Amino acid sequence: MNASSSNDSNSRPSAISVENVDFCYGKSRALKGISLEVTRNEIVAFIGPSGCGKSTLLRCFNRMNDLVPGARVTQGTIHIEGVEIHSPEVDPVELRRRVGMVFQKSNPFPRSIYENVAYGPRLAGTSEKGALDSIVEKALRGAALWDEVKDRLGESAFGLSGGQQQRLCIARTIAVKPEIVLMDEPCSALDPVATAKVEELILELKREFTIVIVTHNMQQATRISDRTAFFYLGELVEFDETGRIFSNPRRQETEDYVTGRFG
Amino acid sequence: MPAKPSNFASTGRSRRGEPFVWLTAAGLAIGVLLTVGLLGLVVTKGLESFWPGRIEVWKVDREGTLETVAGYVVQERSRRAMDGSAHEEIQIFRGNGELYGEKFLYVDQAQIQETQQPEDLALIERLEGGLVIGRIQSIQLHDGATVEGTSSDFRKQLTQRIREASDRRDQLEDIEKDRIGRNAKEVKELRLKEKLSGTSPEITARLEALQTEFAQLDEQRTEIRQELEADHLVVESIDGRPLSLPVGELLHVFRPNEVGFFGRIGEMLRRIGSFLISDPREANTEGGVYPAIFGTVVMTLVMSLFVTPFGVIAAIYLREYAKQGPLVRAVRISVNNLAGVPSIVFGVFGLAFFIYFVGGVVDDWFFPTSEEPVFKSGGILWASLTLALLTVPVVIVATEEALAAVPRGVREAALACGASKWQAIQRVVLPASLPGILTGVILAMARGAGEVAPLMLVGVVKSAPDLPIDGTAPFIHAERQFMHLGFHIYDLGFQSPDSEAAKPMVFATTLLLITIVVVMNLSAIIIRNRLRKKYATSSF
Repeated sequence: MNASSSNDSNSRPSAISVENVDFCYGKSRALKGISLEVTRNEIVAFIGPSGCGKSTLLRCFNRMNDLVPGARVTQGTIHIEGVEIHSPEVDPVELRRRVGMVFQKSNPFPRSIYENVAYGPRLAGTSEKGALDSIVEKALRGAALWDEVKDRLGESAFGLSGGQQQRLCIARTIAVKPEIVLMDEPCSALDPVATAKVEELILELKREFTIVIVTHNMQQATRISDRTAFFYLGELVEFDETGRIFSNPRRQETEDYVTGRFG
Repeated sequence: MPAKPSNFASTGRSRRGEPFVWLTAAGLAIGVLLTVGLLGLVVTKGLESFWPGRIEVWKVDREGTLETVAGYVVQERSRRAMDGSAHEEIQIFRGNGELYGEKFLYVDQAQIQETQQPEDLALIERLEGGLVIGRIQSIQLHDGATVEGTSSDFRKQLTQRIREASDRRDQLEDIEKDRIGRNAKEVKELRLKEKLSGTSPEITARLEALQTEFAQLDEQRTEIRQELEADHLVVESIDGRPLSLPVGELLHVFRPNEVGFFGRIGEMLRRIGSFLISDPREANTEGGVYPAIFGTVVMTLVMSLFVTPFGVIAAIYLREYAKQGPLVRAVRISVNNLAGVPSIVFGVFGLAFFIYFVGGVVDDWFFPTSEEPVFKSGGILWASLTLALLTVPVVIVATEEALAAVPRGVREAALACGASKWQAIQRVVLPASLPGILTGVILAMARGAGEVAPLMLVGVVKSAPDLPIDGTAPFIHAERQFMHLGFHIYDLGFQSPDSEAAKPMVFATTLLLITIVVVMNLSAIIIRNRLRKKYATSSF
């Protein structure tokens, strides 16, 4: 499956294109000369030990790093759907509407389930009740949560279990109808059952969205991703089809990491 | 097999430092004791001042002459006379100011021959002249008839007449304050118009009509006054001297020695009620404190209305938008230090800036024709603003902390949904920090409600019968001076002509001030807890 999808990924247009990117937090260099390409409707996994820069790169894609004082791209370009995202005419708010993000810890707003999902569409200017209702239902169905919460949409989001909360966050993200969904270790705080559900969901979402997922869980990467990128000390060591990375990597560091010899 | 000695036997190390635990516990205990003591004192003394004690009658032997004294024991004390002999004395409140001059009297315990508690003694409250203690004899009516105190329906008649008098006084107040006041105001306005743009037949006609109306009102007023003074209650003091009290001035008659425990409780509740809802009398030493309660609450609420948005907006800029650096740090330190500036300094600032400068400008622009200053004098608006300034650091600091405590994840989630920075703050960050902000507002209210010193410069007065919000247009009188419980306490305790008589009022008012602050804080805390439940953020 992985092989076939990566085959036609070559013919598909590029969703994210990173060229020779350097990124600094103040004086410390977090990313060194990264180049990679993510094509539409594929799932790319970023793996690597803590502090290797995978989350930093992910957060570059929706310019979430703008919030960190002193953090900036010092060199290179990132194009999303063909647009250089650091050019002055790009509004980060518009960018984030098209590049959604799911975080490591589920972070629903202190509101009702309905309001959580309706938050993004409301910001985008949808205020008509009927339209909102259908967006919320579609997003919750898309996040495989509808059947579990349809009778208690008005209740607080904090009443949900951890796995449900994370799927609610995914629903909230896809309600904005982004093209790309970034996921920063979305399952790290979940138990195996909830993880399985979220993974199943991610595979479903692939039909509509391009997904980049950061994970520490090697099995997860093999289960869901088409291609995997291995980062180490701020460098992109290897980026290839997932099957190849885990069975027959080209570089020694990659093999050491995926076999658990370090990391 | 011999038992192995335990390796975990205590070496005493685990108890090292335990004296310090006791030290900290003792510190807390002292704090708690002081608080409980303070509250206990205020509550007991405050409630005591409402408790209707028994009237006692003493036969006192004063150098051979036997004097009869009726009243309450206020306190006991020991006194050393000139010749070195010790005397136990009691201080007695005996009222009847017009008979004795002094309402209080010291009596040597040794001179007391006999003590009684006769049931027929009455305690009479009236509008002027203080309490009367004596035996009620009769009512002398204006037509010369007499209702004897021994007649069967005497009490019913007396109560009836007192109630009628109260209604008449209300009528009188309505005429004097409301209708004559309105009349006078219109006359004044018309005269001014006449002066400015010349006279016209309409003005003259209206003035004449107003004059006729005034004459009618004046006649009514005189009539009611006469009615109020027509009937008299005849009372005999304990030493047999007669007193004639106009029924129109009576407020309440109570016979403390003939009622039981529940009767006393009832009387106490009545006293508390009348303390809360009536106006002060006798230079504040009698009557109630309603205007002061009203002033305190309104001022505190208005202050919160000013301080909350101002402090929150300032804190949002300081925390969310300002570029963190030496300048912002300096501003933050200054704001924190502002909270420590002596409050009287704020009073001086309020006087100079709000009253003289802002008030002066307002008067020049909007009230150029007024002869007296309108806003260029102390008033509830300026007092509220001054206190808002005084308490704004509290709100800023609390809001900043609340904003900083909002988890990063919540902000990032909002931004990742495509919210702008302001949208994220407005719809997610602010609601999440609302409980913390309200904590700041509660602290500010508590501080503001108890502050007295600056208010004395910017609008608090000893007596302000006109409330800042009332039924006369434009209903809200932001420029009016007002009464305040804190100042009232100070005034009663230290400025009163009869500080002995004011003492119970001091404690009663203190109790009330504490109660009001507690009630306002409690309601804010309840609101905060509701919000906290609503906007609770999960633990991340």
